[in-house]
Amino acid sequence: MHEQPSVEEIKKHVRKYIMVFVALMGLTVVTVAVSYLHLDVFWAIVLALFIATIKGTLVAGYFMHLLSEKKIIYWTLLLTLVFFIVLMALPTSGYQGRVV
Amino acid sequence: MQIPYTVTARTDSGLFNAKLGVWLLLASEVMLFGALFSSYVLLRVAAPTWPHGYDLLNVPLALLNTVVLITSSVTMVMSWASLMMKDFAKYKRYMGLTILCALIFLVVKGFEYGSKFSHDILPSTDTFYAIYFTLTGLHGLHVIGGIVVNFYFWGPGSKMWQTEPERFTNRIEIAGLYWHFVDLVWIFLFPVLYLL
Repeated sequence: MHEQPSVEEIKKHVRKYIMVFVALMGLTVVTVAVSYLHLDVFWAIVLALFIATIKGTLVAGYFMHLLSEKKIIYWTLLLTLVFFIVLMALPTSGYQGRVV
Repeated sequence: MQIPYTVTARTDSGLFNAKLGVWLLLASEVMLFGALFSSYVLLRVAAPTWPHGYDLLNVPLALLNTVVLITSSVTMVMSWASLMMKDFAKYKRYMGLTILCALIFLVVKGFEYGSKFSHDILPSTDTFYAIYFTLTGLHGLHVIGGIVVNFYFWGPGSKMWQTEPERFTNRIEIAGLYWHFVDLVWIFLFPVLYLL
């Protein structure tokens, strides 16, 4: 094993997992509630993706232990993120502000 | 021959080999799903009209599946934490619950698909359903893959705990990384397909 946290440390982790679980459930309710507001499409997308990003960050940060990961993982994911952003930007390049 | 760095960390990366391997797999998975999300954006911005997911799809069922999948993510990480605390019986319970949640997810998804098929709604029906079935279908295949791996580690593969407990704990950690990724993808699929 690369690192061996003590049982006490793991118990602290478990408490965090429970808190993250509650936060994820709460944010899921918020996601659905926001959809009932029938906001303008642009703001509905922005808000829904914002909440999903918070939820994704909680999962990656705590459940996948990304908050305390090695540098090589951060660099790998940074490179992935760059390509992911390019991939998302490509289809919208000719359609600024045109979302139905 | 002994496989190196299954338990101890490499001096260069600071990780055991399989962990780096799974993170690289997940990076490629981000691009795979990214390509499909990108296709979704392209189809949507180029369409003269685009339906609201909540008018066509079953939001309560998808919400139920979101709750189930998030719960399975917690039980997965708890199964790893149980091994770290040397409690194998608890590990078996949490891993069993993870598999159960994954099966519930598939059954609910099956009901959703079945309802669409019974109304002759197929991927060929229109562009919205084409991307809906492609994205959720690919995600469903990932869930099935996760069930197979987790079931192995719950059943026959768990014998390793008796002989190499640290290596087994590492295996559960990286199986968990994959499973949390599957949950993470759904966290984005749910609002994108059902709520917007």
